[in-house]
Amino acid sequence: MLNATYISLIPLLPFAGFLLLGLFGKDYFKRSAGLIGTILLLISTLLACYTAYGYFFDFGKLNGVYQKLIPLKITWLEFSPNVSIDMGIMLDPISVMMLVVVTFVSLMVHIYSLAYMKGEERFSTYYAFLGLFTFSMLGLVMSTNIFQMYIFWELVGVSSFLLIGFYYDKPRAVAACKKAFIVTRFADLGFLIGILVLSYYAGTLDFNTLIQKLSSPESNELKTAMAASFLGMSALTWGLVLVFIGGAGKSALFPLHVWLPDAMEGPTPVSALIHAATMVVAGVFLVARLFPIFALSAPQALSLVGYVGAISALIAAIIACTQTDIKRVLAYSTMSQIGYMIFALGVSGYAGEEGLGYTASMFHLFTHALFKALLFLGAGAVIHFVHSNEMKDMGGLRKFLPVTHITFLIACLAIAGVPPFAGFFSKEEILLAAYHHNSFVYWIALFTSGLTAFYMFRLYFTIFWNKEHHPHGEHHGEGGWAMMMPLVLLAIGAAFAGWIPFGHFVSADGNRLETPFHMAFSVAPVALGLLGIMIALWMYKKQNDKPEKLASTLNGLYKTAYHKFYIDEVYLFITKKVIFNLIGKPAAWFDKNVVDGLMNATGNTTTFISEKIKGFQSGKVQLYAMYFLVAAIGIACLFIYVWK
Amino acid sequence: MTSEPGLYHFLFISAALFFIGVFGFFTRRNLITMLMSIELILNSVNLNFIAFNKYVWPGKMDGLFFTLFVIAIAAAEAAVAIAIIINLYRSHRSIDVEIAEELKF
Repeated sequence: MLNATYISLIPLLPFAGFLLLGLFGKDYFKRSAGLIGTILLLISTLLACYTAYGYFFDFGKLNGVYQKLIPLKITWLEFSPNVSIDMGIMLDPISVMMLVVVTFVSLMVHIYSLAYMKGEERFSTYYAFLGLFTFSMLGLVMSTNIFQMYIFWELVGVSSFLLIGFYYDKPRAVAACKKAFIVTRFADLGFLIGILVLSYYAGTLDFNTLIQKLSSPESNELKTAMAASFLGMSALTWGLVLVFIGGAGKSALFPLHVWLPDAMEGPTPVSALIHAATMVVAGVFLVARLFPIFALSAPQALSLVGYVGAISALIAAIIACTQTDIKRVLAYSTMSQIGYMIFALGVSGYAGEEGLGYTASMFHLFTHALFKALLFLGAGAVIHFVHSNEMKDMGGLRKFLPVTHITFLIACLAIAGVPPFAGFFSKEEILLAAYHHNSFVYWIALFTSGLTAFYMFRLYFTIFWNKEHHPHGEHHGEGGWAMMMPLVLLAIGAAFAGWIPFGHFVSADGNRLETPFHMAFSVAPVALGLLGIMIALWMYKKQNDKPEKLASTLNGLYKTAYHKFYIDEVYLFITKKVIFNLIGKPAAWFDKNVVDGLMNATGNTTTFISEKIKGFQSGKVQLYAMYFLVAAIGIACLFIYVWK
Repeated sequence: MTSEPGLYHFLFISAALFFIGVFGFFTRRNLITMLMSIELILNSVNLNFIAFNKYVWPGKMDGLFFTLFVIAIAAAEAAVAIAIIINLYRSHRSIDVEIAEELKF
């Protein structure tokens, strides 16, 4: 049954939670804030699952093709009959899939935070922000209008800013949240210009009309957009590239990824939320949403997407091998996996078998959400136990944290692409799509999947094996059911989600896609993955000096990777040396001398004149009368003798 | 030379009254006297109105009505002025206009 009321409740319930806890949380719900937020989100999640069930099995299909349904659309700002900003709900396979993913992961994070954040001073504020974050992301995925999406896009940015900077008394957290906000804002500028370019040529902001006008070869709008060119690329390609810059900023793709590792300063459950379900997949979702235009009208833009994704995947994987903060390793692995999703879109075609990359990308988004949330929550449990983010402080934790250990292992196997866990299936599809379309990207992806297995198991062995851990001082367990239940649920998802025949539900053109499965093709990536695991096992199972030896052998490469390829330094150089000196300083000079100078000159002139003439206000009434009389006579004379 | 007074006679008297008033207003220091001078100025204006009404537009009443308004306003103004003078006397123990000159730059 399709009913706009209960569907619109899915995003509105978290928003209600945000308002309630944000306004009254501190005074009335100091203890129960978590429970309220969790219950509201639980209802949301159930509604989302119900909607998904209805969409995929009941009302979504017309003649075997999944439709784009718009159960609700309110015109908000109308610029002209065709161009308006609408608020509405769009249901199509990817948005319904995202509804389930976002609400489910967010629910896990809510439950987990009940234990993890217990006793925090700003507990209710935390849940209010979580609600806002979930609301923004749900609104984003259901947008009917590209401008509605932009609004929610910015809301996601704001709420991530608030959550990353949650510990606002830590200077590093403050710096990190500012960095995240500024970098993504900078990218959003590209998105905004891209929206303007696209909507200018299409004459609409509505997604359906926009996509239809800019992807069907007969439409006049498409012809104009293709004909207008700037610096050798058509206006359409420029528009899409600019939109993709926005997506790259949010999804932390090279070279706009610098904010992602720093975003680890937020509470760990928030990292899980940002990395698995919300924020970073927004860019992937955006490209997927506009995918028909990319695929049918602007192959150049699409291949750019592919290369950016592949480079991000590789660079992030290399950096991840050298980091020592477990959350940073996970952050780079996220960046790498997002790179996978993006290049899968980049190598995909539109219809039928060609559209495998699209399905694979969405499939990987789905499975990645499960195992990455699991990894972060597991890391949260570890950090909770050892009170440190550094890998050298851990080791031998498998005896102390049995549940975390097993679930973390499942997640690592899933991300490394070991059959039969979830990541194996989605990664196989991605590799297959790349293999058919772009062999360069395929080899990068293959190499990266080996690296992925290596660094994930480096993490796993260092945390749970390696040296024997002797916790001194307080002895507490793994945390209560609130921390264990999400881990277990997500582990079940990470283990079995791969068996979902994803192509039957989500494909670029809405048709059923049979995802091929070639045993022979899987041999290479699985073998590479196992090799990566073996190397990690050999190097990190027991405490030894092999890692140091290897690091000193590959000294230059190791150092470069450890310093994240000096990309942060490059940005600092550009901002501090180039922008501050060449633009900032002249602008400051101009402001101090010209702008302020003008103001001061006005003020000084006024003071000067008033000093000179203030004697006129003598307080003597008769003198005033005299001035008045003289002036009156003067004016009379003027009228009589001069102006006649 | 006839004994019948004309427009210029009235204008002469009116101008004379006006300048007497102005002279009084500028030279006197006593506020009551200054107020009286203002009354003189107002009455010179009234005289002008009446004279012009009679000699230039004899069929109309506008000048007369204006004069009536001026008289009414003069009465009101006298009331306000005297109130101010009384207050000034209460605060300064004097109605000399030179005393009250604090209100300046």
